[in-house]
Amino acid sequence: MATNVKAQAAAPPARGWYGPVFLAWLVPGGGHFLLKRPGRGALLLASVAILFLLGLMMRGAMFQPQTGDVLTTIIYCGGFLGDLASGLFYLLTVWLGYAQPDMAGHVHDYGTKFLVAAGLLNVLAMVDAYEIATGEKE
Amino acid sequence: MPKMNLSHFEAAILFALFSSVVLGVITKRTDADRLRYGVRCFAYFVIALIGLGWLMKLGHG
Repeated sequence: MATNVKAQAAAPPARGWYGPVFLAWLVPGGGHFLLKRPGRGALLLASVAILFLLGLMMRGAMFQPQTGDVLTTIIYCGGFLGDLASGLFYLLTVWLGYAQPDMAGHVHDYGTKFLVAAGLLNVLAMVDAYEIATGEKE
Repeated sequence: MPKMNLSHFEAAILFALFSSVVLGVITKRTDADRLRYGVRCFAYFVIALIGLGWLMKLGHG
């Protein structure tokens, strides 16, 4: 009996994590805002937004999923998922026609990497929002 | 959309800065630890950037 009480006390409180994680994907930092962590949410939003905008201004290209040999599949499908992880920034860029074709040049190449990196940093923010929502973290 | 040209160094510093901010925000539990970790990450990025830059320069001869 006492063991059961201890186990219940140690378990994290069951809270819904779907909403915060979805919002964290859609708007970087949004999950943190929803979970009442506005300072951290603002830092995440600013970091992902600035990195994404710099990538766009450097005329970085958005990846389109392509299959073929293993390397092509990993690069293009992985790059597409990385771009998609930026949420609303990716969707607005594609819908409003700001997605650039792939061009030769080192600045464009950095831009492409910035766009993917912004999405990958947002994945980290989503994981953090999940941990806060499930009570694993404050 | 304005166009921006950054050198490799500028792009790498900006990437290091924003990555360090995110890593600092998501990894630690107190604000002081977050700040310390973010600054440490940024310093490591810059040290690696300059070190690898010199390594490539020396490697090229």
